[in-house]
Amino acid sequence: MHIPDGFLNISTVATTYVVSAGGVGNAVRVANKKLGEKQVPLMGVLAAFIFAAQMLNFPVAGGTSGHVIGAALAAILLGPWAAVLIMSCVLIAQSLIFQDGGLLALGANIFNMGIIASFAGYYGYRLLTLLLGDNRRGRLVGSAFGAWSSVFLASIACAIELALSGASPIGVVLPAMAGVHALIGIGEGLITAAVLSLVLATRADLMQLQRI
Amino acid sequence: MKSKWWLIALVFCLVVAFFAPLASSSPDGLERVAEDVGFMELAQEAPFSLIADYVFPGLENEALATILAGIVGTLILFGIAYALAWLLVSRRRETV
Repeated sequence: MHIPDGFLNISTVATTYVVSAGGVGNAVRVANKKLGEKQVPLMGVLAAFIFAAQMLNFPVAGGTSGHVIGAALAAILLGPWAAVLIMSCVLIAQSLIFQDGGLLALGANIFNMGIIASFAGYYGYRLLTLLLGDNRRGRLVGSAFGAWSSVFLASIACAIELALSGASPIGVVLPAMAGVHALIGIGEGLITAAVLSLVLATRADLMQLQRI
Repeated sequence: MKSKWWLIALVFCLVVAFFAPLASSSPDGLERVAEDVGFMELAQEAPFSLIADYVFPGLENEALATILAGIVGTLILFGIAYALAWLLVSRRRETV
């Protein structure tokens, strides 16, 4: 879902840069206050994993592919503000080094796949663990639901930005983006639950860390 | 050994990157929509390119170039996020 340069008009570029800068600034403040020493290597590992996993495009219906965003996994393990930081690292590196996602579109990409996806993933997970219980089943179902929500809501944010930029009318681009990402989100949900189950099996103590 | 769990986790990430050449090369969700709806032609090339499209430049074998790009990126991101987190944690200790 990395937006290249050219899709967004200048006012959308400016607005998303300002909003994302504010979000990342707040993430830095919160992490500076609350991030624990034990979470430092986990931040590195999650950024590394999300980068690697994003390279693995999986096929979805009709000659289309998708890849995980990863924000939900990071938000579930570390909390939404830490996830915003991790996603920003990944998206900035992808834009600057790998020419994936435009430089002008970076603000929008951080907003969609960093901020929206992290908070959607986190609260989707929290909601389901409240409903189903904070046990293995609740956590796995919750992670899948949170992950699906993160992709779905990020695609809606992306569609709104494209429509505001005049790339395509909202009535066309919104259902198209939401439809294909509802499918890609299933992949995100399955992969997130699989990785979380690996974490629960090997390092269940990570689930005790404070979320930030 | 437990304190070095992240080394094992990092190796796991590198193994994931190793599978990158098997990734689907079909357009992703946004590209598919851009093609179908008809705004793909708005896309602009980046003004410079380093490891564009996750293919390490200068290697003839594309699978190898993809794996190398994946490994380089995975290590870079581990380094950046670790350093950022370490900085945020250690700077707090000095000021408290």
